[in-house]
Order: sequence, then structure tokens, then C-alpha cells
Amino acid sequence: MQKVIESTAISKKFRETQALKNISFSVNESEIFGFIGPDGAGKTTLFRIITTLLLPDEGEMKILGLDCITGYKELRKNIGYMPGRFSLYPDLSVEENLNFYATVFGTTVKENYDLISDIYSHIEPFRKRLAGKLSGGMKQKLALSCALIHKPKLLVLDEPTTGVDAVSRSEFWTMLAKLRQHNITILVSTPYMDEAMRCDRVALIQNGNILSIDTPQKIREGFSRKLFMVKANEKYKLITALRSYPETLTAYPFGDSVHVTLAGNQVNESLFDYLRQAGLKNVSAVETVAGIEDRFLELMEKEEKV
Amino acid sequence: MNRFLGFVKKEFLHIFRDYRTLFILFGIPAAQILIFGFAVSTDVKNAGVAFLDLSKDETTQKLTDKIISSGFFRRTQNLISYNEIEDVFRKGKTKEVVIFEKDFGKKLLSEGKANISIIADGSEPNTATLVTNYTTAIIADFNREISGIRVNNSGLIQPEVKMFYNPNLQSQHMFVPGVITMILILICALMTSVTITREKEFGTMEVLLVSPLKPIQIILGKVMPYFLLSFVNVILILLLSWLVFGLSVKGSIILLLAESMLYIMLSLSVGILISIVSSSMQQAIFISLVGMMLPTILLSGFIYPIENMPKVYELISLLMPPRYFIIIIKSIMIKGTGFLYVWKETLILLLMTIVFIGISVRKFKVRLE
Repeated sequence: MQKVIESTAISKKFRETQALKNISFSVNESEIFGFIGPDGAGKTTLFRIITTLLLPDEGEMKILGLDCITGYKELRKNIGYMPGRFSLYPDLSVEENLNFYATVFGTTVKENYDLISDIYSHIEPFRKRLAGKLSGGMKQKLALSCALIHKPKLLVLDEPTTGVDAVSRSEFWTMLAKLRQHNITILVSTPYMDEAMRCDRVALIQNGNILSIDTPQKIREGFSRKLFMVKANEKYKLITALRSYPETLTAYPFGDSVHVTLAGNQVNESLFDYLRQAGLKNVSAVETVAGIEDRFLELMEKEEKV
Repeated sequence: MNRFLGFVKKEFLHIFRDYRTLFILFGIPAAQILIFGFAVSTDVKNAGVAFLDLSKDETTQKLTDKIISSGFFRRTQNLISYNEIEDVFRKGKTKEVVIFEKDFGKKLLSEGKANISIIADGSEPNTATLVTNYTTAIIADFNREISGIRVNNSGLIQPEVKMFYNPNLQSQHMFVPGVITMILILICALMTSVTITREKEFGTMEVLLVSPLKPIQIILGKVMPYFLLSFVNVILILLLSWLVFGLSVKGSIILLLAESMLYIMLSLSVGILISIVSSSMQQAIFISLVGMMLPTILLSGFIYPIENMPKVYELISLLMPPRYFIIIIKSIMIKGTGFLYVWKETLILLLMTIVFIGISVRKFKVRLE
């Protein structure tokens, strides 16, 4: 299968900060490839290099078979980009924004309507409304429509779901999945670990390094220890108690529970005794399946030790 | 081409949707013309004058009437003693006090001369000079009248001054071309310098860059709407100055409009250059207001004659586009000269425009860095 993006040892530095270090990865045709990582991990910088907005200091990046430095003119015709910040014209209406981007890319809304109809139909009733007056979810749908209107081969979405409610987020991912039928390769970044499961493959990124690249399932399976979900009546007290327990390797809050790994890889009475002595009640501990976030934290910890 | 037109249409939508832009574009020029035309007038009309007539005879009465009926003056008060002079100046309405000495008429008849004192309020030097000049002229005229009666006009030289192009010395003749020059460069530079930086600040530049639009298309697309609107502006200002001040264009209107188009284009390219080099709207506004307005007003010859400037300023003023346009517009509007007399200035403006647009296109960053 042809590679849509092939990145070899890309590095980028801003004055003192090393934003990206030796980033290498490749993206296959028609896949949804996710970059998962906290704010400041380097996702936006990487995406700007991919969209030809920034030049890498070192390394080579081939997109759609073209070099990202010399082929930028040709590439810009084939990339759809949705920046992390809402970047449509707030003083233009929904319809006017869409028409503008269509003409700029030398097409019309009619021509590619089937591509965006699924998404645009949600906001079409408000087509006369100014874009600045839309809700967060609607803004996001409009921005996606605008990025898609010229039928790009590669769609780059920088944190598209940040600041959007849970229902819209879920809808959004369903829409992305549907776009695969049109042979569009999608590159998406998100700080939300739960969204990683909806990508075909993900790269975990932290401090300008890629920690791991694999399918979400394989990444979860990569978790090296047994993971326990511990609950008690007071969560904050529970974390501090667990962290002071000598057998504990890691203890991270997770929803209303705490995810714990233990040196002995099993829960025994001494843990319960220890927690009860700390004044906690209704203590329970069961083994659980590691999620992307657990694996991410594990990899991060490893990285820091090195 | 379609891309370009789509871009121009979008710019028009921005302008018409923002009533503040429209106000700056059309409200400010109209206000400026009226303010400069009416308020900043260097003519004297109805200046307050007080009389201290210590003689109170037929001659002083005649002279007083002559001064007041001239149209330049208005009597504020008749004073009784010298002590009142300061008071009357302090009140502020009186700009000048005319004092006739005792037995003015008698002395004039018997000795052939009599004394008048003119005291003016020196805290406003311009007005003071003007009112005293006018008064002296009126008295000189009066002198001729009475000497004509008495000595039957024996060989007096009478200078007759005539002002060419502006016979009544109306200050609007000076200000309207100046204001057009100033407003065009300010509005055009300010407006366009804000538009590109706005795209940078809103983050929309990022999306525009990742599109097949060429730099020249973005730049010209930004310029085009303001070009058309500024052109409408010129016509409005000319109409306004014709209707309100009766100032008509002496020379060819078509030539004037063509030169205005060139000057608008130049001003817009200055604005584009500012917006390309500045990173925020604030910075752009600052550069175009402080960097453009003061030099335009001070160094273009609009208010202070270039001939009187120190050599250094004169050299700097050579770089000021308004300097050339002021010459062109005055020649066409007031003197009614043709293209042959302004081709040099036109050529300079044309070259400047090409240079500015050239630098803008080169400086335009196709990437974010």
C-alpha cells in the first residue's frame, strides 16, 4: 500500500525549546492516524510541518509522494487543514465561509456536496447565521466542512474536539469514520485518551518524542504489568495512602477509582490492612484491563527514568 | 481568476458587515473636510474690535463706521478710558482696540495729521497680525479718501494687489487638496494594514496559506475593495467641497481622478507593506498612525512650506509620497494645469507604487515563520 506520509528523523527547534526530536512515522492510505499527547507535546508543530506551514530543521518528510519543502505549492492543493484554533471568519455567515473556501480552492459547494452533506446537513438550517455566533460543536462542523470542501487527499485536524461537548465529540468521530469511504487519509491529534480507540493507529507523543506507534488495541496490550482498580470512600486520601505503600509502583487517579500497579503483581491482605489503618473504609481492589492512558503513563514514566 | 474574485467578495463582506470600518472610511473624511474648512480657517471674519474714542467727532465716527462696515470686524464695546483696555482683552471676545487721540478731527484739519493707536491681543499672533493688517489697510484707504477731497489726488502711488488662482485668499483652497492628500494616505494605509494583520491574529492566515492562493492574489484581493471605496471617497470629498465651499476643479476632472487612483494605489501598497511586516493589529495601527500621520502633516508641505524647512527635513520630505500628490492636486484643482506640468511627480508616484508592491510580494511569507 502506498504511504501517504513518510517522516524520517524530523527535528524542529524554536530558540531554546526542542519542539520535535527525531520524529519518524508513516501513514497508510485511507487510515485514521491519531497523535495522542498532552498540551505542549509537539503535535501542533508537527502538523504545521505536514501542512507546509513550517520547515523542519532536520530530517525528511514526504507527503503524497512530494517533499514537504520543495513541493509545497502542489501539496497545498491536496491538503485540507483545520487548525486547533477556530479559524473561520466570525463576521461571515456559515454559507459565506463555506463558499469562500470552495472558491479559494477552485471548486464549488455543489461539486463536492456529497462529501460534506453528512456533516453540513447538521448546520445547514443555520446557514444564514454568522459563524462567530455558532456553538462550539457547530463551529467545529463548519470548520470540518470548510477543510473538506475541495476533496483533499489528506485531511489534517489539529485537536478538532477540544472545547466541544461529549455528544458532539462522539458524533464527530462517527463522521470521520465515514470519510474513509472517500479515500481520504485523516491525521488527527487529540489530548483525550478515550478518543484514541477510534483511530486505526495512534502515535503517543510526549515532549517532542514519539513513545509508541501501533493500533490502539496493541498499545493497550503493551501494558507490562497487572493493573488494579482500587476504590475507597475518600479518593484523595486513598491516593496518598497508596503512594506511601511500599509495594506500590504507580498509582494514578482514574475516574472515581485509582489505577495501581504493585511490585508483587497481586493484591494481598497487607494492602487492605495498610489502607484500613490509614483510616479508609469500603476498600475494594479488582484487576482491570489497561487503557491507552495507563499505557501512556507507563511509557512516560519509562522515558523519564532514561 | 475565480479564486481572486471570491477573495475580493469576501473582503467586501468584511467591510460592509463592520459599520466601524464604513464609518472610518466615509465619516472621517467628511468630518475632516468640514473641520478643516470651517474651523481651521485663517481668514478673519467678524473679529471683535473695541473703540476708545477720546475725540468723538465727525471724522472718528466716519472711520469707525468704515472699519465696522468692512465685514472683517464687529464692534464689541465702546470704551471710556485707558484702564478698560486690559479688561476688555481679558474677556477674550475683543481681538483689537482702536484708540483715537483727543481732538482727532481738529488736529487732522489744522496740523494735517492725527494719531490712532491700534492695540491687538498678541496671545493669538496669527489673528493679531491679520487684524492689524486689515485695520491699517482700511485706515490707509480712508487716508486716500480724505486726501483726495483735500489735495485733489496729487501723485499718490496706489498699489493694487491681486492674488492669482485664489483671488479672495480663501483658506479652503489650501486645505481641501491638503486634506484629500492626508486622508487618502491615512485611511488607505490604516485600513489595509489592519486587514492582513487581522487574518494573522484570527488564525485565518494559517488556512489561507494552506490554500493554492498566491501571495499576489491575497495582496491584490485585499487592496481591490479599498481601492474602489477610496475612489468613491475622493469623489465624495470633491463633491462636498464644491457644495459647501464652492470649490470647483479648475483643470481636467478626469486627470485629477486618474492621479487620485494612482495615489490611492500607492497609499494602499504602503498599508500592505506595513501589515506584512507587523505581527499584530495594534502594531499595524501604531505604525500607520504615528509613522504616517505626523510626517504627512508636517513634511508634505501641507501646512509648512517645504522651502522654509531645514535641509535635512527637506531631504526627508523627498521620500514622502504626499508631497508629490499635493503638488499634483493643487496644480490641477486650483491652477487648472494639465498633465504636462505634473508628469514628473506622477512618475515618482508610479515608481514608488511599483517598489512598495514589489517589496510586499517579496516579503510576504508563504509560511508561518
